[in-house]
Amino acid sequence: MKKYKKHSLLLLVLAMFLLPFLLDIYWLDVITLVLFYVVLTQGLNIVVGYTGLLDLGYAAFFAVGAYTTAILMTTFHWSFWLTLPVAALFAAIAGIIVGTPTLRLRSDYLAIVTLGFGEIVRILAINLDITGSASGIYGIPRPTIGSYVLSSQQDFYYLILIIAILSVLVVYRLGHSRIGRAWVYIREDEDAAEAMGINRIRLKLLSYATGAVIGSLAGSIFAVKMSAIAPLSFSFLQSVMILLAVVLGGLGSIPGVVIGAALVIVLPEVLRGAEDWRYLIFGVALVIMMIFRPQGILPKKYETEDRSDPEEETNDKNHSISV
Amino acid sequence: MDVFLQIFFDGLVMGAFYSLIALGYTMVYGIIKLLNFAHGDFYMLGAFIGYALLSFFTGDGGLNTGLLGIGAVFIVTMIIVGLAGMGVERIAYRPLLTAPRLSILITAIGVSLSLEYASMIGWGASYKVYPIKLPKNGLEIIGAQISFAQIGLIVLSALLMIGLRLFIEKTIYGKAMRAIALDQAACSLMGINVYRIISLTFFIGAFLAAGAGIMSGVYYGTINFMMGFIIGLKAFTAAVLGGIGNITGAMIGGIVLGIVESYGTYYLGGSWKDVLAFGILILFLVFKPTGILGAKEMERM
Repeated sequence: MKKYKKHSLLLLVLAMFLLPFLLDIYWLDVITLVLFYVVLTQGLNIVVGYTGLLDLGYAAFFAVGAYTTAILMTTFHWSFWLTLPVAALFAAIAGIIVGTPTLRLRSDYLAIVTLGFGEIVRILAINLDITGSASGIYGIPRPTIGSYVLSSQQDFYYLILIIAILSVLVVYRLGHSRIGRAWVYIREDEDAAEAMGINRIRLKLLSYATGAVIGSLAGSIFAVKMSAIAPLSFSFLQSVMILLAVVLGGLGSIPGVVIGAALVIVLPEVLRGAEDWRYLIFGVALVIMMIFRPQGILPKKYETEDRSDPEEETNDKNHSISV
Repeated sequence: MDVFLQIFFDGLVMGAFYSLIALGYTMVYGIIKLLNFAHGDFYMLGAFIGYALLSFFTGDGGLNTGLLGIGAVFIVTMIIVGLAGMGVERIAYRPLLTAPRLSILITAIGVSLSLEYASMIGWGASYKVYPIKLPKNGLEIIGAQISFAQIGLIVLSALLMIGLRLFIEKTIYGKAMRAIALDQAACSLMGINVYRIISLTFFIGAFLAAGAGIMSGVYYGTINFMMGFIIGLKAFTAAVLGGIGNITGAMIGGIVLGIVESYGTYYLGGSWKDVLAFGILILFLVFKPTGILGAKEMERM
């Protein structure tokens, strides 16, 4: 069964690599946008899905990545590849800055602080000179590999595809690591987790920083793909759409979140002409999902490692009786 | 000095709106511990329904009903929006009252989006000009201009807040609300219909927010379907400032925020106004999460 799954995944990746030869420019652009959302939702999935912290300003990290890359490339003429770690570092710091003040507080405060932070980042981008104020930054150079300049639609498709695959792998591996299990534990019962020796503060900050770094990666690539960025791309609605993709797909579920990203981007393209209705439909969808299917379209299946081993269970029982 | 005082009065009007909205936040939070993100949108809804009714009654070719008609529109609008608040609670929040907190927060965002974009579809995305304008004449106090309209709005807000205070302290429903905020399970054992009181809380919250909405429409002259979003955040800031869950705190927090923001706008420039408010919010959450008047203890979730 597992082998079968692996094969089909490989096939899917292969198909994704062949896609540019089959699609026209328009749909290739749509799929590229879906892949951006796949990266963003993976990042947010760590924060909301794994750790259970509601982040309503996730677009801010997307903005940090995009603006860092754009400023370093236009004003300081850096190479694109060198800007990536700097952007990631800034995003991680931003994540820690947002996370720290709210760690001691209830999760709803975190939601509103992240919302406020998202707005502050957007307002800063509008007001500061270095970010090009309201019109943003344009004329961002194309990245190069050796002497080859990434400039066509296909080039960027492949670039973001590789990043999307990497982010899915990283988030998958993280989810199955010691850290990932600790995150889920914090989500399920924070006090119990702390009692078990999990460093709540460090792990929450780590969750924030990791999510922020992944978001900033998407932002950096977004900047060079668009070659122009403006504060409008990093509004509250952007954060909500990313959150919607995570919630629709299934909090904490990687395939679910990928499907969510595809739905959020492709549905409006299919429903052209009904653009005014888009956000209303999404808003209603959020409410309906939460009431009737809070686990999402493709929920995460929780591995029950302990229960699959009956011997261990009986051991546990004996243990508890003897105590 | 005259400028100083002028800014103070402008801030006071803005602060009165913040207070009215913050009250709804704080009441809902006090009773079911929910941050109702959609709360700012009741303010917007109030402005739009007031706009629709006023256009119908006093616009071109309509009846010119005068002050009495405007008063009636005020009350009708507030009741309609109050009922909308109850409807939202019944449809979206009640099924989730026992669900994990994350679910109900996400639902609140969904409700907010739905209300905003339903209004956009209904009334259009452009700015709407309010059909009635307030007269500009007023008093001069040590060089500062205060229009009668400003005084009227402040008095009206104060009356609403006093009314709310009396309702909460003197009536049996207010008593039930305070009791539910303390212990919901015990209240239902004592024969209080908890759901009905929660519903009533949403009614009052939306009712007051709608009052602020229609007043701000009359005062500023233009309205937009997104107007509730930022002001909702500001009102939340005001509620935190005063100590969330605390009714008097929300009133004071709103006024303080309005005045601080008014001075901030004057000295720092209008483009930094929102940053100032969120900065205050974050600083308060870090250093004094219980607010100016909040309870001593802070629950951690």
